[in-house]
Amino acid sequence: MTKKIKNLKEFSLSNDRYEGANLMCPGCSHNIIVREVLNATNDPVIVATATGCLEVCTAVYPKTSWDVSWIHIGFENAAVAIATAQAAYEVLKRKGRLPEATKKMLEEGREPKFVAFAGDGGTYDIGFQSLSGAFERGHNFMYVCLDNEVYANTGGQRSSSTPIGASTTTSPAGTVSYGEKMMKKSMVEIMSDHGAPYVAQVSPSKWKDLVKKVQKGFEVNGPVYINAQSACTTEWKHAPEDTIEVSDLGVESCVWPLYEIINERDEHGIIYNTKLNITYRPKNKIPVEEYLAAQPRFKHLFKPENRHIIDLWQKAVDTKWEHLQRREEAGV
Amino acid sequence: MAKKYELNEVEVWDGNMAAAQALRQAQVDVVAAYPITPSTPIVQNYSQFLADGYVDGDFIMVESEHSAMSGCVAASAAGARAATATSSQGFALMVEVLYQASGMRLPIVLTVVNRALAAPLNVNGDHSDMYLGRDAGWINLCSYNPQEAYDLTLMAFKIGEDLDVRLPVMVHQDGFLCSHTAQNVRPLQDEVATEFVGDYKPVNSMLDVSNPVTHGVQTEEDWHFEHKARQHNDLMNSKKVIKRVFDEFKDLTGREYDFVYKYKMDDADIAIFALGTTVESAQVAADKMREEGIKAGVVSLRVLRPFPFEEVQKALSNIKAVAAMDRSAPGGTFGALFNEISAAMLAAGKSPVILNYIYGLGGRDTTIDHLVDIYRQLDECAKAGERKYPLQQFIGLRGPKLSFY
Ligand SMILES: Cc1ncc(C[n+]2csc(CCOP(=O)(O)OP(=O)(O)O)c2C)c(N)n1
Ligand code: SF4
Repeated sequence: MTKKIKNLKEFSLSNDRYEGANLMCPGCSHNIIVREVLNATNDPVIVATATGCLEVCTAVYPKTSWDVSWIHIGFENAAVAIATAQAAYEVLKRKGRLPEATKKMLEEGREPKFVAFAGDGGTYDIGFQSLSGAFERGHNFMYVCLDNEVYANTGGQRSSSTPIGASTTTSPAGTVSYGEKMMKKSMVEIMSDHGAPYVAQVSPSKWKDLVKKVQKGFEVNGPVYINAQSACTTEWKHAPEDTIEVSDLGVESCVWPLYEIINERDEHGIIYNTKLNITYRPKNKIPVEEYLAAQPRFKHLFKPENRHIIDLWQKAVDTKWEHLQRREEAGV
Repeated sequence: MAKKYELNEVEVWDGNMAAAQALRQAQVDVVAAYPITPSTPIVQNYSQFLADGYVDGDFIMVESEHSAMSGCVAASAAGARAATATSSQGFALMVEVLYQASGMRLPIVLTVVNRALAAPLNVNGDHSDMYLGRDAGWINLCSYNPQEAYDLTLMAFKIGEDLDVRLPVMVHQDGFLCSHTAQNVRPLQDEVATEFVGDYKPVNSMLDVSNPVTHGVQTEEDWHFEHKARQHNDLMNSKKVIKRVFDEFKDLTGREYDFVYKYKMDDADIAIFALGTTVESAQVAADKMREEGIKAGVVSLRVLRPFPFEEVQKALSNIKAVAAMDRSAPGGTFGALFNEISAAMLAAGKSPVILNYIYGLGGRDTTIDHLVDIYRQLDECAKAGERKYPLQQFIGLRGPKLSFY
């Protein structure tokens, strides 16, 4: 059931299933994203979380921030966990063995939503195998990557989502290094190429866009991938109150383009049609430099000897933006 | 509803078919699996049951054993009966998640067809994987032939799901020697088996929308110890339930199981203590010794975890010398079984001479002659009242003899 949301005030007050007063750092985007996702529906939600900041800060025995059923198994298996819980749901539904309250909910025409949350480490790297497997098998669930471009929980090491020039604890900038050497993996495209019916990139700063995409994803039958930009105050090193500002700079510079890919497919995973929509188009695309300047993890790039990395960044962002627009135009 | 499977009173099944049939009869809700020799036929048989309508559940061929066990954990937390099978490298890949399963108190059943661990890569049977998972907080049951693999797999569900236990259970069988060796098996009819296993009553199902639950929390030094202590306590006390289920199974089938298996031990002076298919070979060797007037017996474990401490002490209380047979590479110390038996007998205050034999690694044959040689060494020790041979010897190894201490 799609939930109607009028304005931010109403949205922030609605139906809370997640306690924000937890152990996450002040200004952490993970918290904002989780609340936005859970608030997008009135249906029951069942959650699996990979190891990472979100997990260690929200379910410390004997407390829990989760007022929805929640499971953490390991770092690598959020996707397979939620996919299998959903499969178990289907079996128990067929066999008439669901708990009574759940049966009643079904009679009301509602179904639970199955959602996995994982960091970029748990998604791009160690959890990629189980994510890829679950998408290929076509399980019915939503996977949300809280992409802060770093292994935050273990102290800020690089991941394959860390972008070029970022200084992390395992790709530090130094006298002879400008930090991370490679641009990040294109996870949205990789997941779309798995034939997922719906894939989207979102930012918590554009909350309406995020909610709309999550609601679209919940309507879809099959695996849905949402890549969520998640500014990390501790590792991006900006002030907690600047989180939404920094996120917006990412969106306005097209470093973090907001778009969706819809693969029209049948139940065998045969794709008949692919459509890419850019869902937010900055009126004045700002230079990447402004985004980088707001985050001390890129501070060293502004030294004369590293300036060329900012140029590389700009080129990479422009190319990708151009590419996305062409795909949108061509309807592929 | 699944179709009824027509079964003869006696079927010719190998250990893999026996295990697969037990999973089918338990009407597991979710099997998430990944193939590996020698346990592959379990998942193949199971898929065929599904394809032919004999199973009403979901069979998910995941992309790795890590995901197979993760899937079992999540399905079980969701309130479904979950099971899988594996061996060796696949088992090793599951190890991380084995601890999650027991820590979350989820009664998953895992059939382990025991096989060596690489390197070198080897597909044949030994017990390296069994020992790798021994301390994961699971109940561990050991079978010696297809009949027992079938019986113990059925019992595994009933034991693990008991509300006083709520722990996952592994059922071991030897790679190839049991898994691929067809023998007569007396199955239960479907209705009888299903009734024996009983309905699965989940605790804290994630699918209960009126009662959200948190599974797999974080605990640090303020709670972790209490959780682990409770888990250990319940594992130790699961012996009561295991005994009860063994007894119920005996009433139903006449087939008797106990924590410790004993063959001609009532008057024995010497004993071979082994696990798996070697138990049956050792019985033949013991009979041979008895023809010479040497009082030889065989001891084994049905239940490796919880370790049946008192039963082992009792079984060996009147023995003069015993061979602790370890079918896994010891890795820089004595064999795992040797260490456990020695500890039990040290605590008993009266120990027979205990020798540690490493044998059968990577599927190397262990012959009746090898076992007779071992009995002869034990006999010499028994007569002398002291150890006359090195503490640890390798049996059936080519080249110079290898022994330590
Ligand atoms: C198998 C395994 N390897 C390593 C770790 C250590 N570890 C825990 S969380 C984490 C990083 C998490 O990073 P990410 O997924 O990006 O999430 P974040 O903390 O940034 O939200 C690591 C490396 C682990 N828990 N399990
Ligand atoms: S380290 Fe970063 S991701 Fe982790 S809780 Fe703090 S702000 Fe959030």
